[in-house]
Amino acid sequence: MARAVKGTKMKNDRYIVIVGCGRLGSYLANQLSRDGNSVVVIDRNENTFHGLSPDFSGFRVEGDATQIAVLKEVKMREADTLIATTHEDNVNLMVAQVARKIFSVPHVLARVFDPNREGVYVQLGIDTICPTSVAADMFLRAVANGTTDEDGARS
Amino acid sequence: MKVLIVGGGKTLYFLCRNFAAKGYEVVIINRNHEECVQLARQLSATVICGDGSDARILKDAGAMGADAVLAITPNDQDNLVICQLASLKFDVPRTVALANDPDNAHVFEKLGVSAFSSTHIVSSLIEQRASLEQITNLLPVGEGRVNVTEIVLDVQSPVAGKLLRDVELPENALIAVVIRDNQPIVPRGANDLQAGDRLVLITLPENHGPVLRAFAGENNWRGKPFAGE
Repeated sequence: MARAVKGTKMKNDRYIVIVGCGRLGSYLANQLSRDGNSVVVIDRNENTFHGLSPDFSGFRVEGDATQIAVLKEVKMREADTLIATTHEDNVNLMVAQVARKIFSVPHVLARVFDPNREGVYVQLGIDTICPTSVAADMFLRAVANGTTDEDGARS
Repeated sequence: MKVLIVGGGKTLYFLCRNFAAKGYEVVIINRNHEECVQLARQLSATVICGDGSDARILKDAGAMGADAVLAITPNDQDNLVICQLASLKFDVPRTVALANDPDNAHVFEKLGVSAFSSTHIVSSLIEQRASLEQITNLLPVGEGRVNVTEIVLDVQSPVAGKLLRDVELPENALIAVVIRDNQPIVPRGANDLQAGDRLVLITLPENHGPVLRAFAGENNWRGKPFAGE
């Protein structure tokens, strides 16, 4: 799950919904939009949209993604991918499940900080990425090798 | 019976008082330290301060042996995750989540978590009671697709004095129970209906109005409101 995307070729005509426009959300939105995908970003706080680059060509929606009305507004049913990146684990987990079970979005990813919570959601069929475990893995590998010469680690 | 309740506020306080009076073992999880201290002083319940959607806190609260978990925080996402953790990780047999956003009650059910919306319940109660004084209780079941209603027949009711088999009921309606002199009877065609009887009706929202009119009469909304509570 901690695979680095560097160098992987992706289809670039997808409809991608990103929930949460913080550091991670805005970075992903900028990148995926630049690659040619249609991107919609949802955040409760309008100010976070300042993190989007000037060439971001997608849509910004101010709203609470735990309300199904907001997800309907962004035409969730037509999305190819949903990425939930808010700083609240529970919001990410709820939005991911709603996208998968109610809107049948084929590819759903949620960021979950608490490794304890991750296990249950793998059980429910939600793909999660836990930054804590990913970082811990890399630290451990770097410590073991005595080097930071790993995929994804910067010198 | 051991009940674990996550949340705060007056709803939690009165629920706990109610459960404690019934002799249930109650454990409360609340995030706010000051509120925890208050609750511990006021109630004879175990109070745990922490995030109820954290598996370690649930474990500390004894989720493993709980009979029911009730999640009534003001955040729907937390209520969902609390119930899912409780049932998947701790095998709690019964979990119920409050849906603050009434739309989420339906969403939670689809995700496999029992849910209720107080907004929904209160609004349907008000709607029904405002229009019909004779309705003494109304309970939506089956995610609101079935209504269980209790009404009192008065002398002007068109069905008072008739045998049940002679009463013309609209489609999809049932008289489940007749309560006469505090005796509940499950009626058959040969039973009669009398003024003063309390009827428990099963209806669907589509035919709710016509059914009630059939029992209460067209222009007669006088009656004994709010009895039986």
